[in-house]
Amino acid sequence: MATLDLSPIPGDQPAPHDKPGHVTLRTGPLAVRLNVRVLGIALIVLLLTAMLAVFAMTRGSYSIPFMDVLRAVFGRGDDDQLFVVRTLRLPRVLCAMLIGGALAVAGAVFQGLVRNPLVSPDIIGIDTGASLVAVFWIVFGFSTALLPLAAFIGAVATAMAVYVLSWKGGISPNRLILVGIGAGAALSALTTLITVRFPIEKVRPAMVWTMGSIYGSTWHDVRVLLGFVAVCLPLAIALMWYLRALQLGDDVARGLGMPVERLRLGLIVVGCALAAVAVAVAGPIGFVALMVPHMARMLAGALSASVLVLTALMGAFFLLAADTIAQHFLPVSLPVGVVTAAVGAPYFLFLLYRSNVRM
Amino acid sequence: MAAIDSSPQSHPIVVNLPARRRWRNSARALGLIACIVATAAIALLSLRYGSLELKTSDAWNALFHYDKASYEQTVVRSLRLPRTVIALGVGCALAVAGTIMQAVTRNPLADPSILGVSAGASFGVVTSIFFLGLTAPYQFVWFAFGGAMVASLLVFAIGSAGSGGATPVKLALAGVVISSLLGAWTSALLLLDQNTMDIVRFWSAGSVAGRPLTVFWWVSPFLLGGAGLGIFLGHQLNVMSMGEETARSLGMHTGRTRIIASFLVVVITGAAVAVAGPIGFVGLAVPHIVRSVIGPDYRWVLPYALVVGAAFLTASDILGRVVARPGEIQVGIVTAILGAPFLIFLARQRTVAS
Repeated sequence: MATLDLSPIPGDQPAPHDKPGHVTLRTGPLAVRLNVRVLGIALIVLLLTAMLAVFAMTRGSYSIPFMDVLRAVFGRGDDDQLFVVRTLRLPRVLCAMLIGGALAVAGAVFQGLVRNPLVSPDIIGIDTGASLVAVFWIVFGFSTALLPLAAFIGAVATAMAVYVLSWKGGISPNRLILVGIGAGAALSALTTLITVRFPIEKVRPAMVWTMGSIYGSTWHDVRVLLGFVAVCLPLAIALMWYLRALQLGDDVARGLGMPVERLRLGLIVVGCALAAVAVAVAGPIGFVALMVPHMARMLAGALSASVLVLTALMGAFFLLAADTIAQHFLPVSLPVGVVTAAVGAPYFLFLLYRSNVRM
Repeated sequence: MAAIDSSPQSHPIVVNLPARRRWRNSARALGLIACIVATAAIALLSLRYGSLELKTSDAWNALFHYDKASYEQTVVRSLRLPRTVIALGVGCALAVAGTIMQAVTRNPLADPSILGVSAGASFGVVTSIFFLGLTAPYQFVWFAFGGAMVASLLVFAIGSAGSGGATPVKLALAGVVISSLLGAWTSALLLLDQNTMDIVRFWSAGSVAGRPLTVFWWVSPFLLGGAGLGIFLGHQLNVMSMGEETARSLGMHTGRTRIIASFLVVVITGAAVAVAGPIGFVGLAVPHIVRSVIGPDYRWVLPYALVVGAAFLTASDILGRVVARPGEIQVGIVTAILGAPFLIFLARQRTVAS
């Protein structure tokens, strides 16, 4: 494929190292190389997500035509429609997209960092820490308004503890995994201990929380999620180049002059922040962080900045689709965390069948 | 491959003076005997201690001069003996299965639940409670075992379909997908019915209490037979642990060995889950612990894991009974809380990942 140069400087020749199938954007000293194929897939996913979002808002006990939803999103239409779309349905749809994107990016960052395909942010205790605190919080009947904050603190405290316990003159991925397994096992055992020692009436809402749901999302949730994603996603994209260097091994990365441990900490913080805010708002939602990065890689190749963007979009699309199905297309309405696996598994199995999985 | 080769195994074949090797092997054999003796002692303690106070002589007599009139001895015979036997059997089987699994996949994350065993068993149990209204753990044994078998056969089928055959990564990913699918079904049923949730929360904590000994005999062909076969895989695991290419060039049929070993793991773990519910930490921690003490030679790691696993689970069960008297804490919770700090300690000690 011929190299296409979209440089704003006239007469600028494509650099000799430009790869085929890539577009290079240059402004002065800055240059970004973009993979055309990945961009194309990303655009398609973006379009599909937008259409699905509007479609999801047409469904419900008060159904609204497609075009009316679009109008209502932009503030036009009658009061009923405005209320249903802008107060009830839009926040939920946005929450699903933001949480899906955040989880998928966090998963990709951790899988790249630890170089183990079975890793999700839970390896550093995000979900188990949040679950323990949340189950405790619910069983003992503390304020529900503070539940997300408590879960967030549980997640972050666990992640910090795992990081500190894994530190021994540096972080080795294998040590991180082992310490993470240990901490996760202990915390989930404590959670089980709470669930077997209290009456079922108190335990049931806590166990439902641990299944992960975005029912009743508000604009407040959207603002919190948006804040985190707006800060962390660009950071993650900016760190992708370094992540790829880290994947060559610590020695190579050091040889390239990179502050290995500081970069690794930065990546962990970004991944943890995204995963922790998602679990705080929605409870632990499985499958997305683990599987969506694999799907993106199987479609678009090894992890890079553009593949990370695609991962985020696919996560958004995926969780929105799962929530729409969970809410509207099942005999009983279920929490989204219950159906993510069922929705994603067939496609994932197809990809698995077709490809020869590599990291 | 690079992805799961994250745990470089140190070379198991070490050139050594024959005399030194002989000395080391007899030290290992002595150590193994010491471990067996310690395990027997722990088993006796398990008969002796519990929520009912009794004398050592009661436990001893219940075993060897059983007097049916004695209340204490009846407690020992009918309650403590079954749970002790089950704890010993499940502990050794889980540890052997975990060791094989880690050696075959060369991934420190690998425990048998990755092949869908626990999720399959939970699926069987939850479904049978929901639809058939079963209530007691011994009633779900075959549902749990059947669920575990079907789930892991599915994982094997899917993991080896498509181009490239069954690589460990594909198997593991297929396992995760099948587990999450079954988990979705399980959670949905739990949400719909509070009674099911009430029974399942105790089952899924993992416990050896309240099962009659007959249940253990039902599954013991799978449990003990599997573990008994498994400890003879030491040589194969040694070769496998040198890496795919080396193992092949030494003439090993790596794909076949991996399938046979994984199948053994599935049978063992399925039987263990069926009796005791999902007990997570034994299969994961015991192999790491044993390897860090006696080195990477699987011909020794396997028998050691068998004995240490039995001792670990029985000791955890005693602890769960003693700390929360007159109630008790399920052994699955105790193993995790006990094992976790130890695993973290080991991980920090040296490069345990091997």
